[in-house]
Amino acid sequence: MPADYLVRRFAVFLIIVWAGATINFFMPRLAPVNPIRERLLQAVSFGGAGKTDMEAVVATYEAKFGLDQPLWKQYLRYIGDVARLDFGVSIANFPSRASDIILRALPWTLGLLTMATLIAFAIGTLLGALLAWPKSPAVLHYLSAPLLALSAIPYYLLGLVLVFALGFTLRVFPLGGGFTLGTLPNPSVAFAIDVIYHSIVPALSIVLSSVGFWALSMRGMMVTVQGEDYVNYAEARGLKSRDVFLRYAVRNALLPQTTSLALAMGYVVSGAVLVEVVFAYPGVGTVLFRAIQTFDYFVIYGVVVMVILAIALATLILDIVYPLLDPRIAYKR
Amino acid sequence: MTRPSLGALARQHPQLTAGLVVVFLVVAFGPVGSVFVDTDLSRVGSAAANTSPSAEHPLGTDAAGRDLLAVMVAGTPLTLRIGFIAGAVGLGIGTLLGFIAGFFGGWIDTLIRGAADVLMTIPGLLFLVVLATSLQATVTVNMMALVVASLAWMIPTRTIRSQVLSMREAGYVQVARLSGLGDLEIIARELLPNLLPYLAASFVSAVGAAVLASIGLEALGLGPQNEPTLGMTIYWALYYTSLLRGVWWWWAPPIIMIVLIFVGLFLVSMGLDRIANPRMWKTP
Repeated sequence: MPADYLVRRFAVFLIIVWAGATINFFMPRLAPVNPIRERLLQAVSFGGAGKTDMEAVVATYEAKFGLDQPLWKQYLRYIGDVARLDFGVSIANFPSRASDIILRALPWTLGLLTMATLIAFAIGTLLGALLAWPKSPAVLHYLSAPLLALSAIPYYLLGLVLVFALGFTLRVFPLGGGFTLGTLPNPSVAFAIDVIYHSIVPALSIVLSSVGFWALSMRGMMVTVQGEDYVNYAEARGLKSRDVFLRYAVRNALLPQTTSLALAMGYVVSGAVLVEVVFAYPGVGTVLFRAIQTFDYFVIYGVVVMVILAIALATLILDIVYPLLDPRIAYKR
Repeated sequence: MTRPSLGALARQHPQLTAGLVVVFLVVAFGPVGSVFVDTDLSRVGSAAANTSPSAEHPLGTDAAGRDLLAVMVAGTPLTLRIGFIAGAVGLGIGTLLGFIAGFFGGWIDTLIRGAADVLMTIPGLLFLVVLATSLQATVTVNMMALVVASLAWMIPTRTIRSQVLSMREAGYVQVARLSGLGDLEIIARELLPNLLPYLAASFVSAVGAAVLASIGLEALGLGPQNEPTLGMTIYWALYYTSLLRGVWWWWAPPIIMIVLIFVGLFLVSMGLDRIANPRMWKTP
């Protein structure tokens, strides 16, 4: 693996994170009044028991982003904080740090999302390949229309319908949450089963509504590959139809499909954030939803930077693995 | 050659036809509905709260005393308006940038493509969350459209750029250049007419993406609080836990309407894609 390819890819990774963090810094400051300061002052004026706490937050905040400081100094300090994943403290849950709240929720999101995306990717790719193959059973073609229609529906709306059908009406699955209320997360088999049980409906809503997308893109890839000379040649040589399908067409169509996986990441994550809200799943999406409702700005901005970081990292890994799968790319641009 | 009849055209492009019919029905729902339904009933407290569907309120009322049929009639056009404005602005910016990048190339191409690529990697919804939480004033429907439009230009930019790039070297463009046409004339007379099917398909996808983004933001509670858009209706339904209380007449109608919008737009864009890109769709 040539070093300059790695360096270039790593530079792109840094640019994505930097751009995300920078927009995150300047956007709130475009507003006529600084919303964070307003929110903090409001928290102080509602005072009560937390009054001294809030004054402490305001003091920290003012010292941190002190209005006497020039903008570029504030910006440099902010970038330094992002590099150390320090997003300040939560306004709604005062003593906890925003980064702790987010890191606690992150494994839930990563687990649910990775599992659901991989299942959808595998099923959709297989289905798309079969759709483009003349020898596949006709039943599949009838199956594809409803799946494509499902792909036009946002994840979380399908999630709402599934909760109502499977959770509320049939009562076979829980209405939400990541585990049964009253139990504490612990590394036992029973708890693991409970977690999986709670994740089935959220995962199902992501899988059902994204299978069609993968199937459609794989089908397009297959149609292109089937026009290639080497597929015609393989057929002319009298190879078994199944071999031509699996070893000549599918293998070559699979590679661009992996690229789409990297490109679709942003869309997948946006949808998953809302799925979590619908299912009250204890992941980053729910943290974001609560933070928006309580105007907990540091947590909101922290979630945004963390998710951008996670996506940039996933893209980086895919980019590094991709040429290993496809020698034609050979780490060029 | 005789002109094919409308019926024959419809048979030739079944998806496009079905999609246009669905989109037309959704667009007509608001104006036609407002003839029969008093949209004033979509205001908070205009009816008794929490009633199930009845003759007086065909879709029942919600916890804040809104008649839900009136909410649907008033809200559907608002959501469509957000989608159309954001889609049009996004496509406009995208077409402009795509043409600049594809036609002139060089450093400006690198810059535009780089910006679009970086922004596409980042989930748009999160940026919109930051933008929407930073806007202190009450969000209006038009503001909502502009917020969504701010991230709706990347995909059109990339599509148009790659199309322009491949067309720039085509024979007829070379001929036009040799016959002394200027850059702007070539763009207006040769490139734009050829791009129309792509522009139409991009517009439909841009509207769909904008509706998706706006509903996502609204479901998080970041939409116009005083307007009964479809996304805000879902937010209030979630907020008042209508799902756990079995109040299906609250959350089901907006979902059905949103699904109709998406399926309609999806069919139209697939139909247009078949016209713009026939090779992809040869049935194997």
